[in-house]
Amino acid sequence: MKKVYNRILSVVGNVITVRAEGIAYGELAEISTRRGKSLAQVIKLDGDIVSLQVFAGSRGVSTSDEVRFLGHPMRVSFSENMLGRIFNGSGEPRDGGAAITEDVIPIAGPSVNPAKRIIPKRMIRTNIPMIDVFNSLVASQKLPIFSVSGEPYNELLARIALQAEVDMIILGGIGLKFDQYMYFRNVLEEGGALNRSIFFIHTASEPTVEGLMVPDLCLAVAEKFALKGKEVLVLLTDMTNFSDALKEIAITMEQVPSNRGYPGDLYSQLAARYEKAVDFDTAGAITILAVTTMPGDDVTHPVPDNTGYITEGQFYLRNGRIEPFGSLSRLKQQVNEDTREDHRAIMDGMIQLYAQYMESEEKRSMGFRMSAWDQKLLRYGKAFESRMMDLSVNIPLEEALDRGWTIMAECFEPHETGMRSDLISQFWPENGNTAAVSPDSAEESMVRSGKKSEPDSKKSSAKRKPAAKKKQAGPKKSSKKTDRSQARTKQAADSGND
Amino acid sequence: MNKTTGVITGINGNMITVSFEGSVTQNEVGFAVRGDERLKSEVIRIQNNQAFLQVFEDTRELKVGDTVEFTDELLSVQLGPGLLGQIYDGLQNPLPELAEKFGFFLPRGVIMDALRPEQNEWEFTPLVRKGDRIKAGHALGTVPEGEFTHLIMVPFDFQGDFTVQNIVEKGKYRVNDPVVKIKGERNQTHELSMTFDWPVKLPITAYRRKLLPTEPMITKVRIIDTFFPVAKGGTYCIPGPFGAGKTVLQQITSRYAEVDIVIIAACGERAGEIVETMREFPKLTDPRTGKSLMERTIIIANTSSMPVAAREASVYTATTLGEYYRQMGLNVLLLADSTSRWAQAMREVSGRLEEIPGEEAFPAYLESRIAEFYERSGVVELYNGSTGSLTIGGTVSPAGGNFEEPVTQATLKVVGAFHGLSRDRSNARRYPAIDPLESWSKYSSVVDKKIIDDANRFLQKGSEVHQMMMVIGEEGTSVEDFIIYLKSEFLDAVYLQQNAFDKVDAATSPERQKYVSALIDDILNHDFEFESKDEARKYFYELRQKFIDWNYLKMDSEDFKKQEQSILTMIKGLNRDEKGV
Ligand SMILES: Nc1ncnc2c1ncn2[C@@H]1O[C@H](COP(=O)(O)OP(=O)(O)O)[C@@H](O)[C@H]1O
Ligand SMILES: [Mg+2]
Repeated sequence: MKKVYNRILSVVGNVITVRAEGIAYGELAEISTRRGKSLAQVIKLDGDIVSLQVFAGSRGVSTSDEVRFLGHPMRVSFSENMLGRIFNGSGEPRDGGAAITEDVIPIAGPSVNPAKRIIPKRMIRTNIPMIDVFNSLVASQKLPIFSVSGEPYNELLARIALQAEVDMIILGGIGLKFDQYMYFRNVLEEGGALNRSIFFIHTASEPTVEGLMVPDLCLAVAEKFALKGKEVLVLLTDMTNFSDALKEIAITMEQVPSNRGYPGDLYSQLAARYEKAVDFDTAGAITILAVTTMPGDDVTHPVPDNTGYITEGQFYLRNGRIEPFGSLSRLKQQVNEDTREDHRAIMDGMIQLYAQYMESEEKRSMGFRMSAWDQKLLRYGKAFESRMMDLSVNIPLEEALDRGWTIMAECFEPHETGMRSDLISQFWPENGNTAAVSPDSAEESMVRSGKKSEPDSKKSSAKRKPAAKKKQAGPKKSSKKTDRSQARTKQAADSGND
Repeated sequence: MNKTTGVITGINGNMITVSFEGSVTQNEVGFAVRGDERLKSEVIRIQNNQAFLQVFEDTRELKVGDTVEFTDELLSVQLGPGLLGQIYDGLQNPLPELAEKFGFFLPRGVIMDALRPEQNEWEFTPLVRKGDRIKAGHALGTVPEGEFTHLIMVPFDFQGDFTVQNIVEKGKYRVNDPVVKIKGERNQTHELSMTFDWPVKLPITAYRRKLLPTEPMITKVRIIDTFFPVAKGGTYCIPGPFGAGKTVLQQITSRYAEVDIVIIAACGERAGEIVETMREFPKLTDPRTGKSLMERTIIIANTSSMPVAAREASVYTATTLGEYYRQMGLNVLLLADSTSRWAQAMREVSGRLEEIPGEEAFPAYLESRIAEFYERSGVVELYNGSTGSLTIGGTVSPAGGNFEEPVTQATLKVVGAFHGLSRDRSNARRYPAIDPLESWSKYSSVVDKKIIDDANRFLQKGSEVHQMMMVIGEEGTSVEDFIIYLKSEFLDAVYLQQNAFDKVDAATSPERQKYVSALIDDILNHDFEFESKDEARKYFYELRQKFIDWNYLKMDSEDFKKQEQSILTMIKGLNRDEKGV
């Protein structure tokens, strides 16, 4: 019993109104225009006046176009056949393959009961020290990369996606540039991950509102797979485009904006998506990594600001590096207790010293004479930047911790570091404070000479592939993940020792 | 009276417009009926024959023409024994029971009993006898609830005097069993059970009078108890940008605060955070009682992806439960994280009602609502002469981390202490990141004023020297000034900073705070003579090291004494014995 209407009363922005009865809030309709068909969703009911948001945009919509109500809210199919496939912002194939219509599920379903959540405990190793040591990523975490256009945020996403041990990757592109879309496709293909990936891609050339459904589509599918025991990593890029689409609709609906034109419910809208990240104790998990580009590089802009309040930390990507300040993993303390006993101390201590370095560096740049202490800090800061922060550094956590002690020993007396004495006696390198040749000198020289030059990055990625294979050979499917991560930790520790 | 019904004429987000015949009360509860589902809603505006209701659930699939049933009852919570240890959503549905019944996801349109009336029996001991004269708020009897003596009281809205007609014997009863019959001045009689409802948006005022909050509420966070203390029955706020440590600060306060009962309102923030509390508390022991911490805790979790209207209600739900236990002569602490989400929920509703927006689109009544909320705190003298208190601490999440925004500003006008978190401090991992120069408190400290004044002076001067050094460099700074700077940094590192994740350092007793702060005061006031800045720095860094190690040692341990000796030796010329410490 589908209702068809032929009289569109108004077209304002991407919202149209029709007069209709018996329509449900949130219901979907299909509009046939001279440009083709588009989905639209009921966003307001006022008597018999129904407002619909048209996903393909209102351009070319005529008052006599046909509006057919579908009698159900937005849905998406969910099946194993979706693996390796690419869909658009309405959930239709964009790879030329057949449409998938089996097992439809509603999107934007109810939220998980907090009482059913568990404390996340499984670290996702990335071999990026700025993540593993200082801001550990944890399964079921929701975490954005704060950045500005031009930074390699999509590259970072792709690298983490390939390196992380997950069963599935779901990529949601919102306003994604075509070349970035192709980049993801190619990288995941080369990494052999395409057949465990699903893409929902809305590109920059398509109407903004069509990107609005992408996060919900990705997360609805992710949720189903997670309930079936899969470890799912959802990548969303770029959530600022998503927020801008929300803003556009809000303005069309004449809502009073709260801040720079964004609607007052931006926080709740973003939270509804990010809170889908979860670890089901008897099944799989959803981890969300998103990109939030900061307009004007301003973290107080409503989109990064609201995001930061919602997510479990953020990675600041600036000048091609993950910044120690501002970057945060709120879940790190759940996992860094059981890695190695010096992990937390290194994590805080090295950042505190780096903060002092920044001050000395500021004084230096203003031309002040550097005290002996300043000199030490300067030396430390440089070493920290090149041997820890640089994204080309690709080493396991344990090696990074050892490297932390080495760097400190090269630059300071033990007591100057503020580290606890028991840790110092245990971890301070024997031949400390001599800038002796350290075990990681091979990598160091690699990083020191010509940062990020081509051969280097090849070398590091070559290094990491066998490791990933080795892990896969392990007890991949063991159901209790804590065991798995412990095994992983142990494995890495072993390899770190030899 | 016949209950009114109406029909939906409009739907916009979580707001429905309903046309009705008959009478409707502002803030009464209505149910939007769709098939088997009944979606709880609250009347928030009445205009002609149209009522505007905020729906506490997802409104998807509602239709124009659907029925709404009004209840003639204000949005209320259920009070009675069995609240402690519970985990509720913003409308007092028990989340663990919902999980048991419905699995991973929160079902729509389900309402569950808050007090497990079927499962629990309570040992009731009468306190009054037939013929006794009583009134609202008076205790009729007691039941033991964990460590506490739970008072069964005459409902707070009963007006006038009553006489006890009969009361049951001491024995086991369920919450809904009638236990007493009372008769009013106009001969009307009431059968009372151990439970009754109270409308969440009305403060409970069944007490003799309000007193000034004077007694410190110990948090065991040094920078709070010593420098920016909170009083029992007082109010305080924690504004700070995201990631600055608001939630962690509230979490450690909920563990270590020296109060009887803690109510945690997780309002519109991450679900994951409250899960930690939910899972850890039952395993942690409360040092005051030896029982599990959960037995003194109630959690109200209406997290960010749960319905927004229920988020608005959740803060009131939590406050009402707090007031209820205060009526029993207990000291209650309510921690709300975050009041900004509650304010935003108000903003969303206000926007849908198309009210004239104030600053940042918040409604014009934002300030008065915030004031009313904090006003529900206080120390009160009860009818039986005992006192109870409700302390309220709320976090604020200012947009852009800028305190010049409506919620922070409105809150600062009404609270008694301000713990402002600074981005600079959290970036430098100086936790808790309470800014010692910006924060303030109107309450009195556990430590002597002289010590605090000294410390503040050094912090102030140290910061000035630091600023200056940033301009003129270290070489332009005198050794004397540099020592002041080092002293302030020392104070910061060993006293203001505190490791929330270390078992010992996380909680510092007031005795220890007094003891350690006295020694620090000696150090601050000691005249050190150093040849050079480098020598001074080296000295203070070593001293800092010793102090930090000291902070990790239990106060009653041998090692504590040893470490103290080693510190004293280092501060030659400082003799504590002279001061009789
Ligand atoms: N007292 C503390 N000690 C150590 N780390 C802290 C402390 N307070 C905050 N942190 C760190 O900062 C992170 C963010 O703190 P949180 O309280 O969640 O911030 P907010 O609630 O202000 O957004 C925590 O996950 C933790 O890593
Ligand atoms: Mg928080």
